Amino acid sequence: MKIVLNGAPHDVCAQTLSELLEECGFSGRVATAVNESFVASSLRISHKLADGDRVEVVAPMQGG
Amino acid sequence: MKTFYGTHLPNPLMLGTAQYPSPAILERAFRESGAGVAAVSLRRESGAGQTFWQMIRELGVLILPNTAGCHTVKEAVTTAHMAREVFETPWIKLELIGHTDSLQPDVFQLVEAARILTEDGFQVFPYTTDDLIVGERLLEAGCEVLMPWGAPIGSGRGLNNEYALRAMRVEFPDVPLVIDAGIGLPSHAAHAMELGYDAVLLNTAVARAGDPQMMARAMARAIEAGMLAHQADPIEPRDMAEPSTPVIGKAFLS
Repeated sequence: MKIVLNGAPHDVCAQTLSELLEECGFSGRVATAVNESFVASSLRISHKLADGDRVEVVAPMQGG
Repeated sequence: MKTFYGTHLPNPLMLGTAQYPSPAILERAFRESGAGVAAVSLRRESGAGQTFWQMIRELGVLILPNTAGCHTVKEAVTTAHMAREVFETPWIKLELIGHTDSLQPDVFQLVEAARILTEDGFQVFPYTTDDLIVGERLLEAGCEVLMPWGAPIGSGRGLNNEYALRAMRVEFPDVPLVIDAGIGLPSHAAHAMELGYDAVLLNTAVARAGDPQMMARAMARAIEAGMLAHQADPIEPRDMAEPSTPVIGKAFLS
């Protein structure tokens, strides 16, 4: 399945958001959004991905 | 000192975590200043996020995540939700940027996003202008803190419009008010506190100083001085001199 992950195109086997995180090596404290909508961590396991989905995975960063 | 959504701050300094020369210097600046709140953000995970999170946790300070760089209500609301989950806090420094060069807040979208987030259980710290009516709208939307800019973010210009900031203090005597952005020097921070502001949020002035650790200390002391000065009920300025040494009893020598 072709998706866009953090702005870059990816071809992945994952069917759900939690599988995607595992496949792409994300661990620790991250938050996710799919197609510009927040997906809570508890819902990642049931969140099915579709071709062309835009996934954002963010983490803590310096800020002011 | 007023509380921020029921939370007492150890002191009135909120410090940003961006632009320091190194994580070690960031940590020293926090320790030196005693700042009780750290402003943080969310960005696409590239591997550095987990180390940063660990360091911030070890500082033992309150976390204030921001929505920096957001230009739409939807973007800001989604970012706030992600921040609440990652940082495990209902606090959100709501930034909705309206102008690319000045980073002036889009106050119309700001009020709308503040209402949505408040209804969703967030405790919103809105980065706003010094406009009184916008302040009123934000309070109506559920904000219990207002954070007017002193000057554009990173400009170091201090308090651009003292008149408006004074008016805001008078208009909202019971609302915690924070000067957010524009501070360049300790004297600017002291000035904000002398006006009766409850806290100051700054970042660039410390992080980009030649010696961030020393500047952090200077800011903390200036903020304390300004706060004490405000509590001490300063004199009003006057146009003409008034001798401080008693006139009566002066020897007649001419």
